[in-house]
Amino acid sequence: MSDIAIKTGRRSLPGLSPQAFGVAALLAIAFGVVPLVGSEYLFDALLTPFLVLSLAGLGLNLLTGYTGQVSLGSSAFMAVGAYAACNLAFRLPGLPFLVDLVAAGVIAAAVGLVFGLPSLRLRGFYLAVSTLAAQFFVQWVFNKIGWFSNDSASGIVTPPPLSIAGIAVTSPVGRYLFTLSVVVAVTALVWRLVRSPTGSALIAVRDHETAARVIGIPVLRTKLLAFAVSSFVIGIAGVLWAFAYLRNVEPAGFNLDRSFQILFIVIIGGLASLRGAFLGAALIVIFPLGLARLGDALLGGLFDSGVLEMSQRVVLGLLIIVFLIAEPAGLSALVDRMTRRITPWITPWITAGRA
Amino acid sequence: MDLSFFTEVLVGGLLSGVMYSLVAIGFVLIYKTSGVLNFAQGSLLLFSALTFVSLIERGLPFWAGILITLAAMTAIGALIERVVLRPLVNQPPITLFMATLGVSYVIEGAAQLLWGTQVHGLDLGIDDRPLEISGVFVSTFDLFAAGVAGAMVAVLILFFRYTGIGLGFRAVADDPLAALSLGLRLDRIGTAVWTAAGMVALVAGLLWGARLGVQFSLSLVVLKALPVLVLGGFDSIAGAIVGGLIIGAVEKLAEVYIGPFFGGGIEGWIAYVAALGFLLVRPAGLFGQKLVERV
Repeated sequence: MSDIAIKTGRRSLPGLSPQAFGVAALLAIAFGVVPLVGSEYLFDALLTPFLVLSLAGLGLNLLTGYTGQVSLGSSAFMAVGAYAACNLAFRLPGLPFLVDLVAAGVIAAAVGLVFGLPSLRLRGFYLAVSTLAAQFFVQWVFNKIGWFSNDSASGIVTPPPLSIAGIAVTSPVGRYLFTLSVVVAVTALVWRLVRSPTGSALIAVRDHETAARVIGIPVLRTKLLAFAVSSFVIGIAGVLWAFAYLRNVEPAGFNLDRSFQILFIVIIGGLASLRGAFLGAALIVIFPLGLARLGDALLGGLFDSGVLEMSQRVVLGLLIIVFLIAEPAGLSALVDRMTRRITPWITPWITAGRA
Repeated sequence: MDLSFFTEVLVGGLLSGVMYSLVAIGFVLIYKTSGVLNFAQGSLLLFSALTFVSLIERGLPFWAGILITLAAMTAIGALIERVVLRPLVNQPPITLFMATLGVSYVIEGAAQLLWGTQVHGLDLGIDDRPLEISGVFVSTFDLFAAGVAGAMVAVLILFFRYTGIGLGFRAVADDPLAALSLGLRLDRIGTAVWTAAGMVALVAGLLWGARLGVQFSLSLVVLKALPVLVLGGFDSIAGAIVGGLIIGAVEKLAEVYIGPFFGGGIEGWIAYVAALGFLLVRPAGLFGQKLVERV
């Protein structure tokens, strides 16, 4: 209790730091302005998937960025979250959706814990490859075992319409606002976690396992915790994907490409950076749409969907390579450098506004 | 249990395991010398098979097709090493791995932009009639593939043992710093290794392409090779071969004898589970040289 008091004591200095000011401004715009001016397309094609993928990236970043355990099977935990929430909604219709949401996250965490067990004995590439077991096994389970998908032949499930406390949330802007609220809440929790002693333990395990063990950090338990919390967050992202974004669930939607996509978000955004997950997701969501527009404008009819898909692959691959070479710390570091340049100009303006 | 049926499944599994080993060897070559787990190996395989088929379909003779594809693979291998990996030298292995993930996206996309996305048949002129050997039916094509794989491994072993460049490979694999201070040209060896991996990809690509048809999913055979590597170790050619045989046999046997209880389709993950189960019992893997990464 006491260290929390000290921390809040430090933070309750008069006024906001420029960083906190930035976050507050962003939240005000996201909650207050965007819903008023945005179009349906903006919500459904850009903002909602952006938020969901950011959350998934955030979850993977806890595991890969903070704890240093690479997972190639993150979309499996999205699938677990999505199917768990659907089944809870169908089988226990009395439960409020928020309970479903959290319970689905907990189920994803439990599954993540099981697939995190190899991390107790394997490291590096061996562990990365073993997480593929989660990817293929989970996808197979939802394809083959009818119980999870109400015996639908293809494993496709349509979740019931989203409704919070009896109010139906079906409009694009409503689903956007709901997604935003959940993402903000979970992000705040993750932010607390990474600044707590547990968060430092995660980083210690990443940086030097032996040293971490020497100073008394329970390494194995910390690794499993990272798997569980990361899967919880990714599972919540899966629920949002199913209920707020796509509004249907199929095993193929959570394939290896999706896992790689989440991994790319983390790399492009920046490892061990909460902001990085959001920046990376923004790039990953916007860039295919931008490329489609560009291709259409430049080549017109020549640019069919097959060509588009392939060029997206090429450009995405190039993007990864360029980022790894030119900016290994990701977009997050890029933004840091830019803010450092801009801050001297902006600070007087903020101080003036505060006075 | 019907013994001859069991043998047939087992032999079929072992032979398809050889095909997995073929892919795994490409990984091992690069991992041994540069410590990179090259995820792009599958896309190289796809690219080689697709290029070869497209050249043949445009009327080129077989050998010209092989030579041009080989030249292309050499160029791509060298290019990856120069443009992507060299600037990343001294980065953690996982960064290098992610870079090869990016490379695999580029090559997969480029291969299909260049040659189209339709499925091509690839006929290597091998008669695929089942051969009867003392009551057990064996696919001729599988036997041929096993023969090619054996020949390739023999060539690689001779190369490593008796050529100067092969010795250089081994020196770099043992201790890059010592090799460098002895005056070995690490950059040249790096390029040579990627060239060799390109050639292995060509052989594997042709055999896999002939079996599955040349199409996008060909690059997914890496996913079959990865459990083999986990089992055999990323740095052992012998491990890749024995691991491939084990994984192939386990996969086929499980598919036939266990699969029906689960509604089939278990070959997607059973190899991973088998490899993991094995490592839980024997964390050092099959040959257990390097324990650093495995506790």
